[in-house]
Amino acid sequence: MSDTFILNGKETPFMPGQMILDAARNGGIEIPTLCYLKGAAPTGACRVCCVEVKGARSLTAACSTPVTPGMEVTTDSDFVHRARKLNVELLLASGRHNCLMCQANGDCRLQDLAYFYKITELQFKEKDEKDIYPTEDMNPFIVRDFSRCILCGRCVQACNELVVNRAISQGYRGSESKVVTGGDSPYNESECVFCGQCVQVCPVGALTEKKAKGLGRPWEVQKIRTTCPYCGVGCQQWLHIKDGKIVKVTAVEDAQPNQGRLCVKGRFAYDFIYSAERLKTPLIREKDGEFREASWDEALDLVADKFKEIIKKDGPDAIAGVSCARSINEDSYQMQKLFRAAIGTNNIDHCART
Amino acid sequence: MIILVGTNITEAHPVAATFVKDAVLAGCKLIVIDPRRTDMVDFADTHVPLNVGSDVALINGIMNVLISENLYDKKYVESCTEGFEDLKKKAMEYPPERAAGISGIPADNIRELARKMASVKPAMLMYTLGITEHICGVNNVMSCANLQMLLGNVGFECGGVNPQRGQNNVQGACDMGALPNVFPGYQQVANADARAKFEKAWNVKSLPDKPGMMMPTMMKNLTTGKVKAFYVFGENLANTEPDIHHVERELQSAEFLVCQDIFPTETTRFAHVVLPAAAWSENEGTFSSSERRVNRVRTASVPPGVAKPNWWIFKEIAKRMGHDWKSNSAQEIWDNEVSVLAPSLAGIKYARLENDGLQWPCPSEEHPGTPTLHRDGKFTRGLGMLKAIDYIPPAEVPDKEYPFVLSTGRRLYHYHTRTQTGRCQGINDLLGEETADISAGDAQAMGIADGEMISVKSRRGEVKVKARVTREVPKGMVWMAFHFREACANWLTNPVYDPVTQTAEYKACAVKIDKLK
Repeated sequence: MSDTFILNGKETPFMPGQMILDAARNGGIEIPTLCYLKGAAPTGACRVCCVEVKGARSLTAACSTPVTPGMEVTTDSDFVHRARKLNVELLLASGRHNCLMCQANGDCRLQDLAYFYKITELQFKEKDEKDIYPTEDMNPFIVRDFSRCILCGRCVQACNELVVNRAISQGYRGSESKVVTGGDSPYNESECVFCGQCVQVCPVGALTEKKAKGLGRPWEVQKIRTTCPYCGVGCQQWLHIKDGKIVKVTAVEDAQPNQGRLCVKGRFAYDFIYSAERLKTPLIREKDGEFREASWDEALDLVADKFKEIIKKDGPDAIAGVSCARSINEDSYQMQKLFRAAIGTNNIDHCART
Repeated sequence: MIILVGTNITEAHPVAATFVKDAVLAGCKLIVIDPRRTDMVDFADTHVPLNVGSDVALINGIMNVLISENLYDKKYVESCTEGFEDLKKKAMEYPPERAAGISGIPADNIRELARKMASVKPAMLMYTLGITEHICGVNNVMSCANLQMLLGNVGFECGGVNPQRGQNNVQGACDMGALPNVFPGYQQVANADARAKFEKAWNVKSLPDKPGMMMPTMMKNLTTGKVKAFYVFGENLANTEPDIHHVERELQSAEFLVCQDIFPTETTRFAHVVLPAAAWSENEGTFSSSERRVNRVRTASVPPGVAKPNWWIFKEIAKRMGHDWKSNSAQEIWDNEVSVLAPSLAGIKYARLENDGLQWPCPSEEHPGTPTLHRDGKFTRGLGMLKAIDYIPPAEVPDKEYPFVLSTGRRLYHYHTRTQTGRCQGINDLLGEETADISAGDAQAMGIADGEMISVKSRRGEVKVKARVTREVPKGMVWMAFHFREACANWLTNPVYDPVTQTAEYKACAVKIDKLK
């Protein structure tokens, strides 16, 4: 039997050790968050998840406060909403949150909150241009736009607590705070291994995929789930498609086995399929040694005729083939079936032994 | 506890590595057995930098301690395994002092290691090609299994012997019977009942009963003339196989070479016919991962030109050879053929694969799949087989003329011969050329500076390549990858093979290095 607490006047169960945020979500009450990152230690940095706890001196961060039996929590009072709105207004003034020019427009938690709280103008003076760190995009994959960073720390947590690549941390102090690599060098001169987990978890437009820039807005793309084509881990990916073309790849959150993670190849090495060097038509080698283009019928007839000729002359075991460990199961099935049933040999193998 | 043996997991399986690191942060002990100081060593309690290819001797030494000090799981060994007496006899031939002489790991460290391994249960052992790419690859794998069975660690979650598969669908290609001895689902071609079943399903009078050739034998027989036609589907053998000069002579000898691929490669140069195929995101289908999980692959874009799905190409060739196959999509092939013919996949249908896939064995459509094999030590074959195994050295060991050992593998940013990653914007910026990784000690002794061009030469070839001076490799070792054609490690590697699997010894051959004048 679990303990209970009072959530917006209603008795609600919770598990010992559970934070208010998780217990409320289990109880069907959504509390907004910016810095909260599942699987990492809560930091309470953004204060957007603040709630009222009866008897507490001030508002409490729901993400980092454990529930106690009988605790009375209010998540939707005017007091709470005024405080959340104020926090959002402060964040909006912390940099350049001009959505029209932002790659994250339409997929931004800060934008969502500004809209929810009907904020129409800045209440505080925007940070001075000279106090904003310049954008860094010297590396091929990740744009770090510090003018949009709200210092929520999710990237730092993802890098240190989830993927444990330990490439970035919180640097400097006060108004000079910045997410930094060792020595505050650019990503490409740091310990960063470009897994892009920081981009995956960034709730705003501070970290975005460089190759996706200008190729599609969130509401224009269709997301298709697939499996990564590189190593044998089998990571689950979302392919973001616009006009039949992959514009970016992200990890499927909460999916097995990768639980929202990818590596540099899974996240950024997808565009080989659009290379101009792709084979586009069957090729047949001429007597002079050069390839010429051929129709499918001609090429397939040639292969089948040559196989039949060799089978007749030297027997089926004079033909051998290797299948592809990169391609789908169904392709390997078909190839071994071709060799066994149509050619009549077990000379079928692939690269598993190397 | 996690034991990593011969696996550079942060580079070869980066996402799996993140979960190992998470486990360490949560308090899990980590042992890294690898000649190189890989990134995971930063997270390890113990790094065991054994000599290249000495795994069997080291593990026999560890088992010697486990048995002599009564640290092994007697109950598990008695009730779940057989062959203990033979194993014991063999392990007794490898006291830690002898194992130390072969592996380079001091005897007392071997004792400590054995005690540490016996202190936590269960422990998970993970390996990759550092174990298999040796002439004794099968023995290395069986030694890992011996160790885990002796410790009573097989058949439990967070236990077991876990190979990390290198390619996205190398597990699946095996499952599908793209092997010379088995039909889909590992049903032996030599078994008459299995043949009868497939003859009926495929509507043929008879199927060949003799296991076929393994790939190295096929290629060797291109030069003997025994193999006339060679069909290479999605492999770049001219770069991936050991001793490229020799491999290219073999490919050159083919009377008829068919290459089916998505790009022109070093291998398609030798083809008589090249067939253009649809790529990863241009197909509906399935991949099977290291954990035997069948996952969906979905279509996102159209293939270029007239490129076609591979299954369609095979079907069309079969048609021209008098076989009319009904299935006309990947789903029809899986649902109506694969899952019907392979009992371990019988319960897996496309309709069940919408989310996180299913792990085989999955014998019925109600079955939830099997994440852990040999559950609670109840082995598929009945009792787990302990095998007495002797150490043999690599086929080619350093000598006066070739004093370094060359070991090879992959790096993070590229994949194999770069047919894919080399054509992705940005990847070449992160890693644009091959290097020969050498130790600071050797670099200093030879007056080689980091980034300086050197020559690496074996009995089979020579490459000119930049030296990368790093603490990752021990003294006496040169380490290279096979991503770049010019300085590909396979100009140097030794085409010698494990006698059972014909896996080549990519992890050990002898080379010399010279400063370029």
